[in-house]
Amino acid sequence: MTDLTRHGVKAIRDGVASGDFTAREVAEAFNANVAAASDLNAFIVGTPDAALAAADAVDAKRAKGEELGAMGGVPIGMKDLFATTGVQTTAASHILEGFTPHYESTVSGNLWAAGAGMLGKLNLDQFAMGSSNETSYFGNVASPWRKAGTNQPMSPGGSSGGSSSAVAARLAPAATGTDTGGSIRQPAAFAGICGIKPTYGRCSRWGVVAFASSLDQAGPMARSVEDCAIMLGAMAGFDPKDATSLKVDVPDWEAALSADLKGKKIGIPKEYRMEGTDQAILESWEQGKAWLRDAGAEIVDISLPHTKYALPAYYIIAPAEASSNLARYDGVRYGIRDLPDGAGLQDMYAETRAAGFGDEVKRRILIGTYVLSAGFYDAYYNQAQKVRALVAQDFDKAWETCDLILAPTTPTASFPLGSLDADPLTMYLNDVFAVPASLAGLPAMSVPATLNPDGLPLGLQLVGKAFDEQGVLNAGLAIQQRAGFDHAPEKWW
Amino acid sequence: MSVDKQTVAKIAGLARIKMGDDELERMVPELNNILQWVEQLSEVDTSGVEPMSAVIENTLRLREDVIDADPKTAGGRRDDVLANAPATEHGFFGVPKVIE
Repeated sequence: MTDLTRHGVKAIRDGVASGDFTAREVAEAFNANVAAASDLNAFIVGTPDAALAAADAVDAKRAKGEELGAMGGVPIGMKDLFATTGVQTTAASHILEGFTPHYESTVSGNLWAAGAGMLGKLNLDQFAMGSSNETSYFGNVASPWRKAGTNQPMSPGGSSGGSSSAVAARLAPAATGTDTGGSIRQPAAFAGICGIKPTYGRCSRWGVVAFASSLDQAGPMARSVEDCAIMLGAMAGFDPKDATSLKVDVPDWEAALSADLKGKKIGIPKEYRMEGTDQAILESWEQGKAWLRDAGAEIVDISLPHTKYALPAYYIIAPAEASSNLARYDGVRYGIRDLPDGAGLQDMYAETRAAGFGDEVKRRILIGTYVLSAGFYDAYYNQAQKVRALVAQDFDKAWETCDLILAPTTPTASFPLGSLDADPLTMYLNDVFAVPASLAGLPAMSVPATLNPDGLPLGLQLVGKAFDEQGVLNAGLAIQQRAGFDHAPEKWW
Repeated sequence: MSVDKQTVAKIAGLARIKMGDDELERMVPELNNILQWVEQLSEVDTSGVEPMSAVIENTLRLREDVIDADPKTAGGRRDDVLANAPATEHGFFGVPKVIE
């Protein structure tokens, strides 16, 4: 029998629907891969029984001739930032250790309703703060990829590093991710898979542990553009429980996929040619232009003049929102409590938060508290929100001359775990190409382009106008068809 | 602008995060590096620019005035709400004594 874990979302859904194999067989195959991959540390908890139960439900429906749903029979990994009923939800933090929600996030609920099943909760950077998956309380995630000729553990990217590692290693055909400033796209690029962050508001944030609410967006991570289109369709939709949820129809992205880009103009932003970008990345960018031209698109030069200020603005706005959002972890309502003998309420808060948050989370809470504090609010926070407006205006101007933007996803390929520990700033620079689209709320996707000379994957990023996920997916498909990226990491775990 | 140890201690107090001397010492240069780096935003001319609060144009919705319209966010779920609390008493969250 063929190895079912080679299949992606579409192949599984169609194979189950046509009776080539059962959903249970698929779930069993992926459960086995998850159980055998503890070296990657991609999962915080496995939920093999949940995967089997969902699969059995789909098989039973098929036996009765019922509709199986857009994700019918597809087992997926769930980033441990989504609240899941009866299954521990930690945001990879100690402060939420043991937290077992009595409710289901809207996005995960939508996926289960579409016939998907849960393989387990995926590791991530603590509260989604990080770009290497080294800030999790539950340990680093290792990428399945290694530099050719070495066995150094490499970063799967972050914060959705458990997701990228699991999908690249065939522990799951797809996984959920969340993207605040690149947390879907950067790990997708590092792991040689696809990932799309939709327009802000497409996917409900209800039941997703909040990091920076004006930026957080959920999206799918999978090994093909088609799989992302299918899964995004199952995740998205209006939700009255999220005040910023978009009340717009969810198009059938899968049905409208087309790699014919005739008449499309692709903008190449000159400001993305930054110092410190790998030569191999610049070459893949050139290659990307040629692929899109071959698909019928016209390449035009554009300018996004405030690009350089996007990242510093992000590192004011995101920590400011985080410091406010994370105020809820107080040892009263959920999570751990640290109450020394004889301590009062205020001491309990401070002790609980000292014990429950990791270093990077504390750093960002402090920065956020500082930039929002009296006397500094205008100089930092307000100025950053104004710069954010200018970054968004740059894109608006660009759309007068182009339909989509092509850029690298990251300035470098993956790096060894531990190699960027010394300076938080160096780590932040990983997201320099990803953050502008986040600040503007635009749909953006990373698709694998090629391997660099070290044998590590490189991704290309497509950014579209608000609501134009279709344009982004179509250009992604054009790249996918021409790149022919079918590399898989050699199994060592 | 830069912060000293005393300022970091004050911020940590505002953020309700207990920090020992060592941790404060360690945070000072880390925070200063980040603050110095974001300082470059001051070179951007933002006169006449409105600070951005919503990225995608959206209007604040009003919901129908119906009690318990969505069972997930409705009332009557006290036990669910309390289920993950570190301490509960008589159907309430339990906290250390706050009034002498």
